Amino acid sequence: MKENSNPGQSKPVPIKKEKINLTINGEKQEIKIEAWTSILDLLREHLHLTGTKKGCDHGQCGACTILLDGTRINSCLSLAVMHDGAEITTVEGLAKGDQLHPVQEAFMEHDAFQCGYCTPGQICSTIGLINEGKAKTLDEIRDLMSGNICRCGAYNNIVKVVQEALERNNQ
Amino acid sequence: MRPFTFTKAQDIHSAVKDISEKEHAKFIAGGTNLLDLMKIDVMQPQRIIDITGLALNKIEETEEGGLRLGALVTNADTAYNEEVHKRYPLLSHAILAGASPQLRNKATNGGNLLQRTRCYYFYDNTTPCNKRQPGTGCSAINGYNRMHAILGASEECIAVHPSDMCVSLAALGAVVQVEGPEGKRAIPFNDFHRLPENQPKKDSNLSENEIITSIDLPPEGFAENFAYLKNRDRASYAFALVSVAAGLQINKEKIIEARIALGGVAHKPWRDKKAETLLQNKEATKENFQKVADTILKGAKGYIYNKFKIELARRSIVRALMQAAKKE
Amino acid sequence: MATDYIGKPKNRIEGRDKVTGAAKYAAEFHEPDLLHGVVVSGAIAKGRIKNINTSKALELDGVVQVFTHENTPSLAWLDLSYKDMDAPPGDPFRPLHSDEIQFNMQPVALVVAKSLELAKYASHLVEVEYEEKEHDTKLIDNLEKSEKGIGLRAGFEPPKSIGDFEKAFDSAEVKLDLEYFHGAEHHNPMEMHASTVIYEEDGNLTIYDKTQGVLNSRHYVSMVFGISRKKIKVLSPYVGGAFGSCLRPQYQLFMAVLAATQLKRSVKVELTRPQMFSFGHRPITIQNLKIGASPDGRLKAIHHSAYSETSRFEKYIENIVNWSAKLYNCDNIEEKYRVVPLDMYTPLDMRAPGGATGVYALESAMDELAYKLKIDPLELRLKNYTEEDKSQGKPFSSKTLKECYRQAAERFGWENRNPEPGSMKEGHQLIGWGMATGIWDALQMPARAKAVLTADGKLEVGSATADIGTGTYTIMAQIAAETLGIPFENVTAKLGDSSLPFALIEGGSATAASVGSAVKSACLKVAKKLLKEAGKLKNSPFKGADLEDVIFADAKITDKKNAAWSISISEVMKKREIDKIKKKYALIPNMLKQNKYGRNTHSAVFAEVKVDEDLGTIKVTRVVSAIDGGKILNHKTAHSQILGGVVWGISMALEEDSFMDHNFGRFINHDLAEYHIAINADMPDIDILFVEEEDHIVSSVGAKGIGEIGLVGVAAAIGNAVYHATGRRIRELPITLDKAMGLHTAKAEQI
Repeated sequence: MKENSNPGQSKPVPIKKEKINLTINGEKQEIKIEAWTSILDLLREHLHLTGTKKGCDHGQCGACTILLDGTRINSCLSLAVMHDGAEITTVEGLAKGDQLHPVQEAFMEHDAFQCGYCTPGQICSTIGLINEGKAKTLDEIRDLMSGNICRCGAYNNIVKVVQEALERNNQ
Repeated sequence: MRPFTFTKAQDIHSAVKDISEKEHAKFIAGGTNLLDLMKIDVMQPQRIIDITGLALNKIEETEEGGLRLGALVTNADTAYNEEVHKRYPLLSHAILAGASPQLRNKATNGGNLLQRTRCYYFYDNTTPCNKRQPGTGCSAINGYNRMHAILGASEECIAVHPSDMCVSLAALGAVVQVEGPEGKRAIPFNDFHRLPENQPKKDSNLSENEIITSIDLPPEGFAENFAYLKNRDRASYAFALVSVAAGLQINKEKIIEARIALGGVAHKPWRDKKAETLLQNKEATKENFQKVADTILKGAKGYIYNKFKIELARRSIVRALMQAAKKE
Repeated sequence: MATDYIGKPKNRIEGRDKVTGAAKYAAEFHEPDLLHGVVVSGAIAKGRIKNINTSKALELDGVVQVFTHENTPSLAWLDLSYKDMDAPPGDPFRPLHSDEIQFNMQPVALVVAKSLELAKYASHLVEVEYEEKEHDTKLIDNLEKSEKGIGLRAGFEPPKSIGDFEKAFDSAEVKLDLEYFHGAEHHNPMEMHASTVIYEEDGNLTIYDKTQGVLNSRHYVSMVFGISRKKIKVLSPYVGGAFGSCLRPQYQLFMAVLAATQLKRSVKVELTRPQMFSFGHRPITIQNLKIGASPDGRLKAIHHSAYSETSRFEKYIENIVNWSAKLYNCDNIEEKYRVVPLDMYTPLDMRAPGGATGVYALESAMDELAYKLKIDPLELRLKNYTEEDKSQGKPFSSKTLKECYRQAAERFGWENRNPEPGSMKEGHQLIGWGMATGIWDALQMPARAKAVLTADGKLEVGSATADIGTGTYTIMAQIAAETLGIPFENVTAKLGDSSLPFALIEGGSATAASVGSAVKSACLKVAKKLLKEAGKLKNSPFKGADLEDVIFADAKITDKKNAAWSISISEVMKKREIDKIKKKYALIPNMLKQNKYGRNTHSAVFAEVKVDEDLGTIKVTRVVSAIDGGKILNHKTAHSQILGGVVWGISMALEEDSFMDHNFGRFINHDLAEYHIAINADMPDIDILFVEEEDHIVSSVGAKGIGEIGLVGVAAAIGNAVYHATGRRIRELPITLDKAMGLHTAKAEQI
């Protein structure tokens, strides 16, 4: 079987491309994107920045967590066109050259992952949590890291990373 | 999702004008619920109007000495706002009991009010649902109805409003400020959401052409005696089975005013003002609280899987009031 | 330099890739002009497609094709060709094969378009009209239609009875007769199933698949599409969680290959989260435990029977009722297992299949017996401790369960327990302590591995196995580095590539024992070659030496008796002018030796819960789990494995429930908002300890495998703790707050 055999009758999809400017991991980019594209799909499918993961596409798992102007959000529930001028940091933008972000280092050291699929989201969420500065106690850390599901069950190791990062921050 | 035209509103007036002139148009702000539903084809707007550029992003004092929460302030910024936290801790607690940090960072106050039910059948296009497709029937009544309503439901719909924030706003007696083509109006919180009756499609009394501009909190914040109690199927990141927002004003052991709102039990945050008056001039005792709980739940009706909610609600009301009264 | 690595808590070697986002999963391989496929799921449980209209989708610019049963070319004729390496007996589901609908959410079309967004939109435009037939999806209503749970399946052990249960039960002084139940569960790995098929110019396929067995995927594609295996390469370097969901090739693989081969284009198909509820689940079971005991707590008779569900087209069977004879010293055991074919997709092995559910019932019943006898639950287990597998009358290859009990009980503080239910309280929180035992198989499977040592001192080892987060990459490298005595950093481990030496699908906790041992043997062959070459050097002290005479460590070969006789590996290579030593090893388990033993892993699990006396909310606050898993190859990754198992146990005990609405024959809470998986806020303090005993009967590396044992027993320990807290026996999972309040809907009333 060949491709769609009625190209003559085909009609364009009524969705317009919009021009936006985004700074992604420090790099300013002008992007033309259809209005229905989420930041997540923009990153993964259009820019091939696949570090940010799709675990549900509905804000129910946190795998797609990125930092939007320093704030952690679910990139799957954000239209790219609505964020003209924003600064996006993904897991790919955390290391400085070969030097990993301390939270990345700590994830490795504490074995805070197994399959690694929720990990970029967990890492961005950890950094977002630190930026927010609201989590103090163990219970607060646990609650404020609950927007990131880890099916492998590495939570207790993740919490160690967060505690360590908060301590480092306080020093 | 289906294609749509995308425009950005420059000011409230043009936003309202825009939406009134176009069919199948929706405002978008946080987008956390709208996009979710568009992706699974439950909502199919043809036009999306981005309102995030409107000047509705402040929390400020009202003339009456209350607090005005801009419709576009995020849930997180509201919960962590110093004034809110100090004067309306019930609201802060309720917001922080809902969703996840990532969602709260994106979701706005106006959007929180307009979020749609989480009914499994509403979310599944292959099953009948009067809210999604009027006239097709309600799959939940004889289906899996663990999360569903025990109060104020109709034969056409037993869905519940999923918000935590709204439960506390109902208890606080907030007022929703809206603007439409006919001008501005203020809707008392209790009148904002509605019961399903024979029109389950409609979640609220906001007209399709109106925009929420702010949510105004009255001066009294019940900051001294309050509790938000949420029961759910896991410790976080889950919708309420039953939640209770309780606020008390107590003077010399006597209750002057009581506020009790329930979440997860009805198509709207459930508040029974008559029942609340039973506590006026009464002491904050378990017995008195049990009486008011019984009154609130007098008309409650359970279905196959959610009967437990009636007793759970009863016990939760008592617990929340005891906590608010600092008796435990 | 020290080159002993086995057992050390090494960080994962692929860790850097995972924390930087560089690790690529099946849907993340890009190719210019890659097409996107989106699957349309069916809306009914049984019947046929009367009409399927794809014209609105095809009208759109950029929609390349819509595949349905009407335009899918006839593929393999035989059902048999669709049988993968993990297929249960029966006729496998054939996607887009005919108009027949066999289960709800059955894939009915594949929309292929130039962008993902467009493919998703177009998928909403496919119109399907059905002719519905009455469906049956409810196990409890169809028990009379059950069939004997037997059949040929790898790892399946037919139920076996010993002694005379009836007689022994009749004469037992103390008797229990209990029924247990649990809901269905779905694996829900965080990565949704995806396959990216790169269509090469010569028609060869490079397939990035989410799989636990690249060779299984290759076999399936080859058989179904009639393509020579030589033309197919399946790669799966990273798998974002699997838990059994990738043991069988799922339909996204079929779809992606179909589109790619038909269109001669590269195609990616990624399922949605709701579709993750469409291809196999942990089946519901209804279990009956009858236990007869003497007043002093000796087990006289055990009957364990189970009803479970399967599809109409395949007979899914698992080991649910086979555990009591391996776990307890009882001479009269009856095991019965029946399955009921229903209008649903075939259930699918899910972490500790059969064990997680069967042991839940058994260990809950043991707790009930302890209370009936007024004996401490731990003491009851010790009283009936067995040193032989009673089902086979064979000793165990190794067993440290007794020590697991002792150490875990001590860490937990079990001796301070007041057995009286409701005896501990903090405010409104009733505190309960419960314990249970876990058991799982220690399996070794055939496996091949290769080892290639190059003159630069680097070693590459490889096998076509998978690392689904289990730590396989790392332990392969540890074993290789230590065996050849070279630095860990110099070793590369390869897996998830169908061109590598044969390995079976990664499951059943068998990978460390199988692939690990094969890697070790391949490296030993390299060592032997090196030693031989060293012996050929001028005046070499190693002339004629055997491997037993020397030590490979610190990048050197050293004589055991005379440490001065030592030569570096690189020197041997250099002086003998060897660029590369490449060795392969094919491991065939020594069944003759292994079959003389019962081979199992064990665990002792202790849990503390807090239950709100009014609201029924349950929080697990403490878990201690002691593991008898043989030699632990990496204490860091092993700890994570067990940690994950315990989290799964908590999730299973309190939250997970795929609810089938029988009106529609459809799992209705099909997303991660309403299918609850334990989250960070649910976590207790989890204390894990390993009671190691090298088991060289199971594997040459001494490991017994620990992928599943961490989960088994946890749900029972939690349920038992809930009883201790509340005095309420809940014989149904998950134990939600309504059940803890005693207010849940009785099973008879349920839809």
